[in-house]
Amino acid sequence: MIAAIEPTSTWYLILAAVVFGIGAVGVMVRRNPLVMFMCIELMLNAVNLSFVALSRRLGDIGGQTAVFFVLIVAAAEVVVGLGIIVSILRRRPGATADDLSELRG
Amino acid sequence: MSVVVGQQFSNGFAAVSLIDLIVFVIASGMVLGGAVGVIASRRPVHAALSLVLTLFGVAVHFVAMEAHFLAAVQVIVYAGAIVVLFLFVIMLLGVDQAEDLRTERLPIQRPLAAVMGLGVVGLLIAAIVASRNTAPLSVGVGLDVAGQATADGAIVENDANIRQLARNLFSDNVFAFELTSVLLIVAVAATVMLTRRERKPVDDEAAT
Repeated sequence: MIAAIEPTSTWYLILAAVVFGIGAVGVMVRRNPLVMFMCIELMLNAVNLSFVALSRRLGDIGGQTAVFFVLIVAAAEVVVGLGIIVSILRRRPGATADDLSELRG
Repeated sequence: MSVVVGQQFSNGFAAVSLIDLIVFVIASGMVLGGAVGVIASRRPVHAALSLVLTLFGVAVHFVAMEAHFLAAVQVIVYAGAIVVLFLFVIMLLGVDQAEDLRTERLPIQRPLAAVMGLGVVGLLIAAIVASRNTAPLSVGVGLDVAGQATADGAIVENDANIRQLARNLFSDNVFAFELTSVLLIVAVAATVMLTRRERKPVDDEAAT
């Protein structure tokens, strides 16, 4: 009976693993630095999803606290990373990750 | 949702479990479709909008797992601030030219990336499935769920998730919480330094 099937934390963990894999492939394949950054966000979200799923399975609120800190660090990381990308692309418009082998302008 | 609540649902009315299943399937479709869209769309703006779809799907999953505060923060911070920041950068720099995804400078890079991605996903799923029936570590004291009856019959408040999260955040992790303020200040100062336009003295003289 289909009503007996209930999404357990294993389902959420498998979904998080698939999203993490998609993000990892995106970082390795794409060359636009902005899109690579978005793929890093994908991986962070997959980890957040698994944190909350394990928080529910173990009955511990600490997993959700960890997600809170991941959100803050992701925001700070995006701010600094986009600042670096803006200053690089302002000097070299249209640069891809293949052209950027060093941070010096 | 704690284990007790899940048992109540499956014993009491099985329709709730079916709704959980439907919500899970739809939200997972949003998450996976958005994730594929991020890595497959040729324009960065389309990738950013696909990222919004993924983030909303993750927020729906958070609601389904009774993490209401994190769902709200996910929408406000990620979809409201971070993706808008991405869009600002894309629009300001005008870097929205379509990337040609068919040419590849390193010919082996794409198959190698696919093999590595499949390997990572396979290893993770194997580890998850192998450990799915292990007894949970007795670390937690249970999650308070919004509007549910506790064991002694008392109805907890509707914002029990936020209360419990705040109690954990400001008692056990208060030092880390204070450190994040330092991190944000450093990030803002570093960004101002990084994106500062250096003035050339020639331009100043020409302007005046």
